[in-house]
Amino acid sequence: MSDQLIEAAINGNRRSIARTLSGLENGQITLDQIRQIADVSILRKDYDNWRSIAITGAPGVGKSCLIDKLLANWAGRGLKVALLAIDPSSPRTGGALLGDRVRITAIDLVDVKDKIYVRSIATRKSSGSVPLIVSDMIEFLILAGWDKVIIETVGSGQAEVRCAAIADRIVVVEGPARGDGVQAEKAGLLELADAVIVNKSDLDGAEKHAEELIESFHLGLGEAPPVLLTSAINGDGIAVASSTLLEIKDSGRSNRARWRERLLAQHERRILESAKLDEILVLLAAGSISIIEALDILGGQKNE
Amino acid sequence: MSQPLRIVVAKPGLDGHDRGAKVVARTLRDAGHEVIYTGLRRTAQQIVETVRDEDARFLGLSSLSGAHNHLFPKVCELLVAEGLNDVIVFAGGIIPHDDRSGLFSCKIRAIFGPGTPTAEILEFIDTSANMADIGVGDSNDWFWESSA
Repeated sequence: MSDQLIEAAINGNRRSIARTLSGLENGQITLDQIRQIADVSILRKDYDNWRSIAITGAPGVGKSCLIDKLLANWAGRGLKVALLAIDPSSPRTGGALLGDRVRITAIDLVDVKDKIYVRSIATRKSSGSVPLIVSDMIEFLILAGWDKVIIETVGSGQAEVRCAAIADRIVVVEGPARGDGVQAEKAGLLELADAVIVNKSDLDGAEKHAEELIESFHLGLGEAPPVLLTSAINGDGIAVASSTLLEIKDSGRSNRARWRERLLAQHERRILESAKLDEILVLLAAGSISIIEALDILGGQKNE
Repeated sequence: MSQPLRIVVAKPGLDGHDRGAKVVARTLRDAGHEVIYTGLRRTAQQIVETVRDEDARFLGLSSLSGAHNHLFPKVCELLVAEGLNDVIVFAGGIIPHDDRSGLFSCKIRAIFGPGTPTAEILEFIDTSANMADIGVGDSNDWFWESSA
C-alpha cells in the first residue's frame, strides 16, 4: 500500500481510512509500517481516559440500538467516534452477512455524520467474538484522529471474555428477564465488566434484574461497576449512560484476567497466521500426527 | 487463501421489498464473500457513503419500485464524484429490458431480472473481479449479458 494512501488516511480522508483498515485486515500492511509513515508527533492528545470500549452481551439485548444512541450523543458533544461492528464469518464457507449497519441511524444525522465512522468486520478465521487484528485497527484509528473507538462484539455468551484482550473498557449489555438471581452470581463475563447496562427498561423485569446485579456486585470484592438502566428504543436513560460511560474507570478487578485473555488471543493469532497451518490440518485430518505433535510444530519446538 | 470480496447490497429509494436483495446477499455470503446489507429505503448519498466507509469492491442495487432510471444513475454519479471509480456496480429487480441500455451507459455492469439463477450472479462476480477496467468510473463499455 502506498505512503500517500496512509498519509491521506492520517489526514482524515475517509476512503483512505477504509482502504487502510482493509490493508490491516488482509495483512497487506502492519501497524508498525503505518507508524513509520505517520508523523507520530501529530499525536495531539494525551489519553488518561479510555480510547476503546467493547460493548458486548447476548444476541438480541439491543447492543446495536444502544450503540446508535451513544454514537449520536458522543458525536453531538464534538467527539469523533468510530464503530467497529463485528459479525461472525461462516466456519464453512468463510463468507459473512454484516448487518449491524442496518440499525445505525446516527450516520444519517447531517449535523454529526462527519464525526462518525462505521465499519463492519467479519470474524474471519478467529475463534472469539473479536478478531485480534481489531486491536491494530483501533490503534490506527486513534492515529488518524478518532477520539473514541467502540467495538461491537458478536452477540456473546456468558464465557466469552475475549473482548477483554483488546478494549480499554468493557460494557456488558443485559436485558430484562434474563433469568433469576443465580444467573447474576455465575462466573464469567460480568466479572470483567467496567459497567453493566440493562437495556429495554421499558419492559417488565428490567429494574428487578438491575437490582439483582447490583446486589451481586456488592457481595464481591473491590469496587462495584455502575449498573445503568436504558431503553434504547424510547431514549430513557441514554443521556445518563452516555455521560457515565465516557467517565468510567478501569474497574481494576480483572487485571490478571485481561492479560490472560491477551496472552491467549496472541497465541491463537500466532497459530492462525502460521504458514504451516494448512499443511498441519491436512496431516491431522489424515491421522498422521497427533494434536500434541501439531502444537509442537506450530510452537517451533519441533521441525518437520 | 485469497481474501473475501467485500460487497454492499443496497435498496435505494422508497421500496419495501427486499426478498430478492436478501437472496442475493445470502448467495454471495455462501460463496465466501463479506456482504454488507444496508437495509431498506436508503438515499443515493447514504449508499455511496456506505460503499466508501466499508471499502467495498462491489455494489449491488435492487429496485422493484420503478424508480431505477432516477436512482441508479444518481448512485453512479455520486460514486464517481466521491472518487470511487473502481467500484463495480450491478443491479437487479424489476428493470424492463427497454431501460437497460441507458443504465449500462451509466456503467452499471450487469442487470439481473427475475428468474436469474443465483449461480449466474456468482459467475458475474468471479469474472468481473478479474477485470481491470470495469469500475463505475471506467469508460469501457463492457457489460454482462444476463439470461433474464
